[in-house]
Amino acid sequence: MQTLRIGSGAGYSGDRIEPALELAEKGEIQYLVFECLAERTIALAQQAKLKDPTKGYDPLLGDRMEAVLRTCRDKGIKIITNMGAANPMSGAAKIAEIAQSLGIDGLKIAAVTGDDVLESLRGADLPIIETGGPVSALVGVVSANAYLGAAPIVDALKNGADVVITGRAADPALFLAPLIYEFDWSMDDWERLGKGTVVGHLLECAGQITGGYFADPGIKDVSNLARLGFPIAEVRADGSAVITKVEGSGGKVTAQTCKEQLLYEIHDPGRYLTPDVVADFSSVSISEIGPDRVLIEGGGGRPRTDTLKVSVGYVEGYTGEGQISYAGPGAAARGRLALEIVRERLKLTGVRTSELRFDLIGVDAIHGSALSASNGEPYEVRVRVAGRTDSIKEATRIGNEVETLYTNGPAGGGGATKSVREIVAVASVLLPRSAASPQIHYLGA
Amino acid sequence: MKLRELAHSRTGDKGDISNISVIAYDPADYPLLEQYVTPERVKEHFAGIVHGKVVRYALPALGALNFVMERALGGGVTRSLALDAHGKCLSSALLALDIPELDGRRSAITAAETGRP
Repeated sequence: MQTLRIGSGAGYSGDRIEPALELAEKGEIQYLVFECLAERTIALAQQAKLKDPTKGYDPLLGDRMEAVLRTCRDKGIKIITNMGAANPMSGAAKIAEIAQSLGIDGLKIAAVTGDDVLESLRGADLPIIETGGPVSALVGVVSANAYLGAAPIVDALKNGADVVITGRAADPALFLAPLIYEFDWSMDDWERLGKGTVVGHLLECAGQITGGYFADPGIKDVSNLARLGFPIAEVRADGSAVITKVEGSGGKVTAQTCKEQLLYEIHDPGRYLTPDVVADFSSVSISEIGPDRVLIEGGGGRPRTDTLKVSVGYVEGYTGEGQISYAGPGAAARGRLALEIVRERLKLTGVRTSELRFDLIGVDAIHGSALSASNGEPYEVRVRVAGRTDSIKEATRIGNEVETLYTNGPAGGGGATKSVREIVAVASVLLPRSAASPQIHYLGA
Repeated sequence: MKLRELAHSRTGDKGDISNISVIAYDPADYPLLEQYVTPERVKEHFAGIVHGKVVRYALPALGALNFVMERALGGGVTRSLALDAHGKCLSSALLALDIPELDGRRSAITAAETGRP
């Protein structure tokens, strides 16, 4: 095989669906990968699974598979996804059910499990990376999932899987696995694993490399974002790749879009840690070789570490929030008065919070007053009060105190909204590799 | 002039850590970024937002810098009370950083408008 064409069909759980179908139909790809798990997603999925043991996979799994499965089957495109979230087995069963309803026979589906390490973690005295405190001190833990590497996905492909669905796996590993399998890379060829990780990282956020999260009118213009095309990597056996997209789709692939995505949340570019390799992004070179065609070369890697990162999800109380708008002359002054009233009311009525925040949206809500200095008076502002509490009851009182501004606050307050949500926070620990044992289960359709 | 005239930028996040890239439009401007977009200036620019240390990684071959800022996201994306819990808007705020005007150097934007590649 000269080059392998891999398409990226989703950059997060709620992403657009039709760009993936466009890739399947017109992208001439051999693999379609859907990366749908953010840090917290799996903890929320675990809560869904506790309520209904047949759930806990990605809520859009069904919609995505219904959109692409027929085309992928007809064209021999293999699908790899982490949409199994907290329940890859039920996710696989859902895919089999959809295949059946579409009249697809002989589809081999592999579910990768073993990322759930909640049991191994119980009683373990591992330090939390973010705070240094012991993980055993966390209260309200709902999930603990290790980032698995490419190996179990490679095994599933070797065994003829057409669709591989995982829970928590390192995002780039979903893309690295087909490269290892198709090019027969060794699992200790650190140089190539590093290069493949660069490719995976560039693709994993889908539209973020084809012009999404990039446009700034007048400076960085991007056309047709409503029809943004998702990326394709044409990867060679040496690990170099061309990033491109379907001709005629919206967006653009340029050295600039590729540079922004290469550095996206990687921290130290010389030492990007994944379960498969310590990748080096610092030596990557990026060059435009044609319209919407960017060549990625260089990059490398060093031996992987002995530990796996584990995301621990835990319930940490509630957030209560209320908002209300003011407009016209004097809007900002009425908004500030509203904030002062709510601040005093929360004190007077004894609402118990561990943290409170008072924002004037349209003035200084995002970055505070120091960075927000502006000459003009805004036409409209939106008051926002948010607080952290131990109970739903206390959280509810925050939004209520904003809502009562209707009849008790400054003139002309409108459009009040209030909300309460449970906070599912995430902490990270490092677990010895031996504590996680990946398994593969096969289903036929 | 503002940094926005020389460079583009993207923010990412992990836990309570924000990662901001600063990439020169014209690689010839990279030394200016290196000189004026120091970790100390970035930390000062984000006083009140970033409570931890700011580390800068240099990528001269890409004409880019990468900033890693600790304790920058209100305790972490998953628990922050902020409207922009991910800190996605921080890149735009960083592009408001002042860069001294230098004789004979047109900004990358002006160059782009006049058709220089």
